[in-house]
Amino acid sequence: MNNIFALLSGLIFGIGLIVAGMANPAKVLGFLDLGGLWDPSLALVMGGAIAVGSVAFTFARKKTTSFLGLPLHLPTASQIDRRLIGGSLLFGAGWGLAGICPGPGLVLLGSGEVQGAVFVVAMLAGMALFEVLERRTSLAKTD
Amino acid sequence: MGIDWNHFTPLSALLGGALIGIAAAMFLLWNGRIAGISGILGGLLRPKTGDLAWRFAFLAGLILAPVIYRLFTPMPALQITASTGMLIVAGLLVGVGTRYGAGCTSGHGVCGISRLSPRSIVATLVFMAGGFATVFVTRHLFVPGV
Repeated sequence: MNNIFALLSGLIFGIGLIVAGMANPAKVLGFLDLGGLWDPSLALVMGGAIAVGSVAFTFARKKTTSFLGLPLHLPTASQIDRRLIGGSLLFGAGWGLAGICPGPGLVLLGSGEVQGAVFVVAMLAGMALFEVLERRTSLAKTD
Repeated sequence: MGIDWNHFTPLSALLGGALIGIAAAMFLLWNGRIAGISGILGGLLRPKTGDLAWRFAFLAGLILAPVIYRLFTPMPALQITASTGMLIVAGLLVGVGTRYGAGCTSGHGVCGISRLSPRSIVATLVFMAGGFATVFVTRHLFVPGV
């Protein structure tokens, strides 16, 4: 049951990305191009998503479990540190180079775009690199 | 700077955004999870028992979205302009960056701002600034071939 809801959430999320134009890298770059002719559409995508999302998150604040009786896993981290800033900066740079962030990358993969698959494989390699670096750091700390 | 009125699509942007919000709301209220794509994906590389099925289910939905969409209506143009080499560099940066920054456009941008998390608001401002700056450099400062 849980996994059916997870599948449905992913599906609606992906359809939302396609409808919004967010799965089209050319359109994303049009939004990120403040120095050229600017396409503000994606600001409205964020606005629409946050408008709906904030209702759900406000409602969830009064709850301890989900409708399926599962625990609510809400982020607890609150520190604004070098990792957050540096990581977000690297992500922003990568996003600006191709116009693809993780969700649209997976949608492009599913659409059968070979170039989308190239991006996703590289992204997974980047995530794997993070895991390797993290493990090395934690090993160094315990030594 | 001028507005690109020809490509501005306010209605589909709002509608698609609302669908993204509904998906994030469903995932939170039924599954008890944050719809943060980079976190869901990254967790697969740190496998824990009982923690994989929901990740695969959500990601499968996301990957199947264009397949299902096509059954009902023609797919809009999905135009990748970056070269293969550029896509590899971009993918690596997005992969490493979203894991160090603990989130991407969905986790920080949509869910984090929805719950007014200062950390996510800062992260979103930083990756947006990074995106704007990068496009400014590649399109207006060091234009390839010029």
